[in-house]
Amino acid sequence: MTITESPVVPAPRGSHRLTTSKAMVEAIELEMERDPSVIYLGEDVGPYGGIFSSTTGLQEKFGAERVIDTPISETAFIGLAIGAAVEGMRPIAELMFADFMGVCLDQIYNHMAKIHFESGGNVKVPMVLTTAVGGGYSDAAQHSQCLWGTLAHLPGMKVVAPSNPNDAKGLMISAIRDDNPVVYMFHKGVMGLPWMAKNARATDDVPDGDYTVPIGKANVLRQGHDVSIVTVSLSVHHALDAADALAAQGIEAEVLDLRSLVPLDRETILESVAKTGRLVVVDEDYLSFGMSGEVAATITDVDPGMLRAPVARVANPDTPVPYAHGLEYVVLPRQDRIEAAVHRVVKA
Amino acid sequence: MTTTAHDTPQVVAELDSATRLGLYRTMVLARTFEDAILREYHADKGPGFDIGKGLVPGEMHLSSGQEPVAAGVCANLTTDDAVTATHRPHHFAIAHGIDIDKMAAEIFGRETGLGRGRGGHMHLFDPVTHFSCSGIIAEGYPPALGQAYAFRAKGTDRIAVAVTGEGAANQGAFHESLNLAALWKLPVVFVVEDNDWGISVPRSASTAVASNAARGAAYDMPAERVEDNDVEAVYAAAGRAVARARAGDGPTLLEVHTLRLLGHFEGDAQGYRPELAEVPGRDPIPEYEKRLRDAGLLDDATVAQTKKDAHERVEAAITFAKDSPVPDPTHATSYVFA
Repeated sequence: MTITESPVVPAPRGSHRLTTSKAMVEAIELEMERDPSVIYLGEDVGPYGGIFSSTTGLQEKFGAERVIDTPISETAFIGLAIGAAVEGMRPIAELMFADFMGVCLDQIYNHMAKIHFESGGNVKVPMVLTTAVGGGYSDAAQHSQCLWGTLAHLPGMKVVAPSNPNDAKGLMISAIRDDNPVVYMFHKGVMGLPWMAKNARATDDVPDGDYTVPIGKANVLRQGHDVSIVTVSLSVHHALDAADALAAQGIEAEVLDLRSLVPLDRETILESVAKTGRLVVVDEDYLSFGMSGEVAATITDVDPGMLRAPVARVANPDTPVPYAHGLEYVVLPRQDRIEAAVHRVVKA
Repeated sequence: MTTTAHDTPQVVAELDSATRLGLYRTMVLARTFEDAILREYHADKGPGFDIGKGLVPGEMHLSSGQEPVAAGVCANLTTDDAVTATHRPHHFAIAHGIDIDKMAAEIFGRETGLGRGRGGHMHLFDPVTHFSCSGIIAEGYPPALGQAYAFRAKGTDRIAVAVTGEGAANQGAFHESLNLAALWKLPVVFVVEDNDWGISVPRSASTAVASNAARGAAYDMPAERVEDNDVEAVYAAAGRAVARARAGDGPTLLEVHTLRLLGHFEGDAQGYRPELAEVPGRDPIPEYEKRLRDAGLLDDATVAQTKKDAHERVEAAITFAKDSPVPDPTHATSYVFA
């Protein structure tokens, strides 16, 4: 696999407070100003500004030729983005919900992700596929899935999932500049939307100007020596909340925000577990055949002996996301389940 | 006004009184239900508006304004026929005769709901009335083919009605379904509810043809478009389509130009759309009520009685839903497999 790292640019001085969605928009805006080949396509991305505020104000600024409302024809407009990317543009196509990939998956995994390989590296597809993921607000089984494990399983596309405003901006700039197709999966619960319960870290200081967050590099958000909690996206915040609560009980958890699933930063996972000897993986996606198993295998492939306790996986228990609030909150990997898993591995 | 794909006006025959009053009652019941859900949905979303809060959380797509489509189509059906509806399903569910206690309970996420609280308002499944819906655009079309296929294989004259919006007519599933149904002459009626808006995108910005009925020609399929959100014109056009399907003459595509009185979902500020007064079409229920008054079929007393009956029925359903138990959280992973 060829990994095209974007150069890491030191954050310029100065910062301002943004929600995750506004940080994402700012990144797109900066890149559209810098590079006229960047366009944004999707449903309700024009005057509406994206159902989850992923494009607020962009059409006003760049016009309907570059920020384009499409018909509800995902196969057509994602395919169009692929073709434009092949011809040297840097399109961003938005799939409104990751759950909707069912209607257009062929363009994504057989075309967007494979053209570079099939052409023997002669044809690049430098595009970004943005999509909203996640549950927690009773949107039920067809509008609440994460599905990053599905896309990460299929070779040829990078997969990123920011958890906070800083990463949302830096990863977006990296994604646009990357010569590979990058799937950029934003959790509705981290966007800081005014009409949805938001976590306290959905608004934060974001460096001014353009900067990149490298794709494929995890972020150790909290140091600890008793257990490694490895997670991504909204679950990062539940993990941090759990770590705070556990610290009061004398357990120091290290929290890793993977930020990217593809490439997966196995080195940082290994370093952390080598130190703690205990691993809890938290994943809002389905349990089986997914990210949590991949992270666990990262350890067992190298040295199962570094584990002092069995790995605990806190994920969706292979159940479509239920509508009723009380049922949904059972299947989501929330703070209480993470704390319980940490206690299990620490006692083991 | 009803037009075919070739813009030939069709004569709409005068309906009998019982049918006309039935269409009115169905529309009133559907609207009363939506008004009650609107009230309940917004009752406890505050402070501000948190979509995940309250007794009815999540996205809510209400059908107010689109009742003529459901009432007009379903008056031609029995509950032996199948209906596959959209993410905006309540009016079709009610017009098709679903148990509104169970539908309300599902919307409230209760164990007594159609899906025991697992599905929610976009995922209503009722084997009794062969009703279903999907939260994914156009994806109700393909399953309707299979229901129609099964009905024909069983030697019955039952049919399937597949409903979608005009925005979904640009999906692959829409076109694949039309071709297959025409090729195999399946007993299906394809209904397109054209409410002018795919969330915030007007049909002029999404669709290359002025009428989706024009697309019938691509599949050698009879097609009609009903203008004016006129329930009797819908009833007549759907009647022709249903008769064709029952007779074994294959599918029909029927588009109705209707009106979405509310936002795409509740909480949609609709900044993209002009004031409703400027939107083509008007609230179809007072319009139809006036027409029936002018025909001497309704007066103050019968109108009041119809609304009172609907109100009592709907409030009983809301009460049933609220009084029903929530699902046992220890059963959160049940029903994944048979």
